[in-house]
Amino acid sequence: MTATVLLAGVLLPLLPLLIWAFSGQWRYPAVLPQHASARGLRLLSDPRSQIPQALLTSTAIAVAVAAGACLIGFPAGRAIGLYRFRGRRLVQFLLLAPVIVPGLAVTLGLQVFFIRYGLADTLTGVVLVQLMPSVPYAATVLAGAFANYDLAYERQARALGAGPLRVMMFVTVPLLRPALLVSALFAFLISWSEYVLTLLIGGGQTTTLPLLLFAAISSSDTTAAAALALLFIAPPLLLVAAASHVLSAGTGAVIGFGRL
Amino acid sequence: MTILADAAADAGPPTSPPAQRRGRLPGCVRIGLLLTPALTVVGVFFAGGVAQAIAQSFGYQPSLPGARISTDAYTALWSDPAVRASLLLTGRVAVVSTVLSAVLGVAAALTLRRLGRSRAWVTGVFQANLAVPHLVGALCMLLLLSQGGLLSRLTHAVGLTASPTAFPAVTNDRFGWSIIAEYVWKETPFLTVIVLATLSRGLQDLETAARSLGASRSQRLRHVTLPILTPALAAGSVLVFAFAAGSYEVPYLLGRPYPATLPVVALQYYNATDLTSRPEAMAVAVLITVTSSAIVAAYLTILARLSRRAL
Repeated sequence: MTATVLLAGVLLPLLPLLIWAFSGQWRYPAVLPQHASARGLRLLSDPRSQIPQALLTSTAIAVAVAAGACLIGFPAGRAIGLYRFRGRRLVQFLLLAPVIVPGLAVTLGLQVFFIRYGLADTLTGVVLVQLMPSVPYAATVLAGAFANYDLAYERQARALGAGPLRVMMFVTVPLLRPALLVSALFAFLISWSEYVLTLLIGGGQTTTLPLLLFAAISSSDTTAAAALALLFIAPPLLLVAAASHVLSAGTGAVIGFGRL
Repeated sequence: MTILADAAADAGPPTSPPAQRRGRLPGCVRIGLLLTPALTVVGVFFAGGVAQAIAQSFGYQPSLPGARISTDAYTALWSDPAVRASLLLTGRVAVVSTVLSAVLGVAAALTLRRLGRSRAWVTGVFQANLAVPHLVGALCMLLLLSQGGLLSRLTHAVGLTASPTAFPAVTNDRFGWSIIAEYVWKETPFLTVIVLATLSRGLQDLETAARSLGASRSQRLRHVTLPILTPALAAGSVLVFAFAAGSYEVPYLLGRPYPATLPVVALQYYNATDLTSRPEAMAVAVLITVTSSAIVAAYLTILARLSRRAL
């Protein structure tokens, strides 16, 4: 009984979305659509709807952001997790600020720089600006992992004659794989669902799925908006399901969802 | 921002840098080098953006020669009825959403803990909800709660309402009901999962001990369970509050142009055609930044307290 209440609370709002995506006509006051239709689904693969292109753009940006956030966050996580140094608190504050301070407020000021250096309205600019919320997140997750990391493994490898690169490849990265996966996953998700930063820096030139969905919600074609929404939530759902064993390990990494 | 991992990072024994070997860089240089890439991103983008917003809010405009430095934007902000209405709405939406999500999150976590066989997959559904982007949440709320939405049709079917207009207007309303509904729907599972992570660590033993000492059910809840989950819940609530106050898409799609939340107002002024409203847009951005930076400091304080608790 209680389980039913909990499930209903979570799943009920998704019900009209599912029905609308497959309905041809659904006029008030009907509780169910007058007739079903695959028009919404056909729109998803129709080149004129810009959706296939946006799907590609969104994926490319999210993959680039995930890779960048892990590469940049990794050394920072190592410094914060392994060492105590003066100014560590300040560094933590700096890395937390972009996660909590709304991106919109900062990006309004940033736009001037991006225009000046020719990064506005480009894919590169969009990837760079999305590093702002995702790098701090990756750095913090990796710092947590490095805090429970035993340097003795690295010393052992070095004593056995491995160089710094091989230590990194065969000791450090394998030991931190779960944390790296979680960082990459969240950077991908943050990028995937980002709307405002892409709008301001991409200037309408960079069309990602959130931009199309936003426009579709504001339009009168509910079927198209619902179908696009289903396409939009599919990758995050699949990724979270695939990574659930890493997430449910009590790492507390779910905090990243606070931004999505 | 993993609360638990962060706590571990703070609580762990102070590790000294590995023994110096000949030819190794001194510790502070190494740390500096390790931090450089991340601090560059945060420094250039974040600090740069904030500095630029502050400069422009005082009237500095690179594109407009002859602009004078002034505090006009802030004076305008102070007396602007749109901003006053916006502060009220933003505060209301953020406070109500956070309180409701926290209460429901704790209740759901305590309920989930007592579930039997169904526990694993109900928790799975909660986790799946975390992956739904807020844009989709906003659309769901429109299709569910608007006057032509599913709920309105259901009340019509059972004879409660005769027409769409007989259903209360909770989307694009002045109060922000559907904005609150969207945040609560998305953030309750988030806080539930955080609270569950806290409850799974050694709480059972403490509760059993309290019980054997004669504590009643309500006493156990008040003196054992709630104190243990408070720090994590507080940290999570800070995040929820900051998000509810700072998000743009949800209030734009589910609210009105007036009164609108602060981020929506900032973008309205920013996109206004007359360039004189640019400083005021930046002043709103600075206001948002200052407020949320205070929230960051609060969050870190909570974390520091959390990490001092030995559990």
